[in-house]
Amino acid sequence: MANVAAYGREKIKSRVSWAIASFFALLWFLITLIPFAFMVLNSFRKQFDMLTQGVFRLPDPWYFENYPRIIQNGFFGYFMRSVTIVTLALILLLIISALASYPLARMRFKLRSFIYGGIVAMMSIPMHVTLIPIFKMTNWMGLYDNLYSLLGPYVAFALPMSIYILTGFMMTIPKEVEEAAVIDGCNKDSLFYYIFIPLSKSGLSTLAIYNGVTMWNEFAFANTLLQSAAQKTLPLALGQFKGEHSMDMPIILSVLVLSVLPMIILFIVFQDKLVKGMMSGAVKG
Amino acid sequence: MKKTNSLAKTLSRSTNIAAAVFLFPAVAAILFYMIYPIIDTFWTSQYNWNGISPNKIFVGVQNWQTLLGDANFWSAFWHNVIVMVFSILLQIPIGLLLATFLDAGGKKFNAFKTVWFFPYLMSSVAIAFLFNYILATNGGLFSSLAQLITGKRTTVDLLGKNPQALFAVIGVMAWQYTPFYMVYFIAGYSTIPTTTYEAAVIDGTNRRQYLFHVAIPLLRPIFRTACILSMIGSLKYFDMIWNMTQGGPAGGTELMATYMYKLSFQQFKMGYGSSVAAGMFILITLIALFFQKIFVVKEND
Repeated sequence: MANVAAYGREKIKSRVSWAIASFFALLWFLITLIPFAFMVLNSFRKQFDMLTQGVFRLPDPWYFENYPRIIQNGFFGYFMRSVTIVTLALILLLIISALASYPLARMRFKLRSFIYGGIVAMMSIPMHVTLIPIFKMTNWMGLYDNLYSLLGPYVAFALPMSIYILTGFMMTIPKEVEEAAVIDGCNKDSLFYYIFIPLSKSGLSTLAIYNGVTMWNEFAFANTLLQSAAQKTLPLALGQFKGEHSMDMPIILSVLVLSVLPMIILFIVFQDKLVKGMMSGAVKG
Repeated sequence: MKKTNSLAKTLSRSTNIAAAVFLFPAVAAILFYMIYPIIDTFWTSQYNWNGISPNKIFVGVQNWQTLLGDANFWSAFWHNVIVMVFSILLQIPIGLLLATFLDAGGKKFNAFKTVWFFPYLMSSVAIAFLFNYILATNGGLFSSLAQLITGKRTTVDLLGKNPQALFAVIGVMAWQYTPFYMVYFIAGYSTIPTTTYEAAVIDGTNRRQYLFHVAIPLLRPIFRTACILSMIGSLKYFDMIWNMTQGGPAGGTELMATYMYKLSFQQFKMGYGSSVAAGMFILITLIALFFQKIFVVKEND
């Protein structure tokens, strides 16, 4: 009988804790969602309506002119520059980090652990320490206020983490595959092209997604190295639009919506890849 | 001409050469964009320089002496420490709770997971702009809510006054970064083999006991990494604060990075800005090493 009572108590306890957990889950769901709702709903209002209607009611009437207006005001330019720089940086990053990870994962050579340790240590370097010198170097190279000045810093700062993850990934490729390829006549270069790159595809795509999100949102380098509106990337577009429409909150909110939307769509499509990328960094760290 | 060992030697030499070729681009990029700039920051910290003019004035350790006595810098550092403590206290426990909920609930809560992750996809700049509006006294969410509740024209000024401005910012950071730690802990749970759970069930544990006595203790290494990441992240925090408050009001949300940026790129004191950057680098490295030591010692006990 005592056992039955204890079992009943346990059941109630577990029900209660489940209820508390669900309540908390729902609460955090709302905390996450309300700012997004605020952003989306108010981007469909007129500035004046926002002041008179307050923020809790649905837009009445729905006002669709904010979006065409920001698109006419050069939004597409910022967007395409961001796409360009992120694409180029990702291509370079993937090539360079794959090249570097291969010997770190698979060759025994002098200084291997020194180089690997050095690269891993670079993961925690704050970029702000390098900001003034990189600003200087960009000036010397004549690249100041040029979109492509971001390419070097973006690739370099993404390298340590990417090499770390990719080296770990390549280490898991079975030695037997490599040996079989060597017997079939592969040398080190062809091993890399025909064995390691194809087998690392999922690791590479994970890196692309993870670093793509980071680069798409990067602010400090872009703000330091770019000055004119014709060179600025999407994160800087917000400041630019604010300068032009300083009091028009709905306009700025629609810029926000359009700059977040691609990331959310990408995330919903590639959710597992992104999460996996963060995991492979997490579990080994 | 000795022939002994020559094959092994040739092989190892060719491996060295191949490795050097493969590693060259990465090492060159890191040397050029990370190592050299760090050295240059320390070098520039000995000068007074406005960033453009050719005449740099050598002042030796004077900038460093100024830094040691600079109340603005140390108050910024103190804010970084507060941000660090609250980031760890808020983001990591909430992240763990969310991950635990998802782990216990299984696939049917995937919609929760997706939505919970959204804030992490937004750029810090976008978050800064959004929350500037949400926290605004005029038409902001909190002020409108206060008006709704009290029925009077009241305003809740979270960003305009100290010390609440810093805590408002800490709240926004928690909103932004909690999803990151959630994913971290989901990853942690996924590394626990199902056999561990089965063994625990056979030994007669219920879910709660399994959670507190088996699963969470197994997550210890993940906790350690999460804490170190959160610490380093809070010490170099910049983007969101810069776009939201620029360190204001009256320096109430000034952090080391915003102070450095202000000095270097608004007041063009690049020499002293470099000292601040270098000081920041030293402090972050020391704190990271110190905590790594502590965690390692704890783990060995």
